[in-house]
Amino acid sequence: MALQAKYKELTDAAAASGVSNLQVREQDGVLYIDGIAPNGKVKDQLWNIYDKLDPNFLTGDVVMNVKVSDAVPGSKATVTTEKSNLNIRKGPGTDQPIVGKAAHHEIVTLVSKTNDQWWLIRTNNGEEGYAYAQYLTPEGS
Amino acid sequence: MDEWSWYKLCYFFSLCLLFQCRISVLLNQTLNMKQQIARSLLLFAAVAFMSGSITGCKSKVKDADIKTAAEAALATNPDFKGISVDVKDGVATISGEVKDASAQAAAQTSVAAVKGVKSVQNNVTVAPPPTAAPVTITPDDPLAKGVKDATKDFPSVTTTVNDGVIAVSGELKAADWKRLKMSLDGLKPKKVDASGLKISK
Repeated sequence: MALQAKYKELTDAAAASGVSNLQVREQDGVLYIDGIAPNGKVKDQLWNIYDKLDPNFLTGDVVMNVKVSDAVPGSKATVTTEKSNLNIRKGPGTDQPIVGKAAHHEIVTLVSKTNDQWWLIRTNNGEEGYAYAQYLTPEGS
Repeated sequence: MDEWSWYKLCYFFSLCLLFQCRISVLLNQTLNMKQQIARSLLLFAAVAFMSGSITGCKSKVKDADIKTAAEAALATNPDFKGISVDVKDGVATISGEVKDASAQAAAQTSVAAVKGVKSVQNNVTVAPPPTAAPVTITPDDPLAKGVKDATKDFPSVTTTVNDGVIAVSGELKAADWKRLKMSLDGLKPKKVDASGLKISK
């Protein structure tokens, strides 16, 4: 229960900001926080609180898996790489051949979600393939 | 009409018969057996009719009607979904399961307010709190693949995956580490051990 007390501000914020399916569980010295945030802003806000409570996330006593609900098939997403192009691959995995590239800040269409890490996307040029979800920011978040 | 009611009726009828005999004696009438019975019947019918109207005036609510009204009252609150009502002689018995004690008490209040309910027998129970689903940890093979994908753009760190624990070592900028940690947590590991990681400015 000690971890729940330590991260109370975080879990309270998650509950207050409309995170659905919120689950907070403590097991073997790790606090697992799962849920679906209504948008990317809420997710960022939660990660900022986590950073404040455990600077640079170095203690390793939290696994926070908060997804964003607005990344639905058919929606648009912006390529948010640091500065480089985003690889579009034949299959979901970095071991898959690259079939195309989406430019930094290009807007692509989300076709489907293979899992939380890999999304099938289509560029405006009609290139279709799998991209790493972390570099895609759904519009509106 | 049950057995008991028949007994009551017979008893009542005999009373009428006796009463009728007394009247006959008082009025010095001599009646044969047939006439006596006929008059008793008449008396019986008259008294029965009168008592019937008296009970009618009291407008006693029938158990079945109370039950219907109580069920309607409970239907207004979704918390009372698992509750059933039974009414006997104005006593409502509620049973079933609700999520908490406040719903249990509220159900009783709600039924007690129904017209015709004399008292409420509350047999509603409170459901035990749902046990949290166990944490799902990704098995090492898919986890290692996920870690490989996630760390591809961070060549300055090395990672190992062992028994669900992702150990990260090397050096990263704070912003990059935040990004990587978000990805790693999304893989559902048991733990992300960053004790070997140095955060650079």
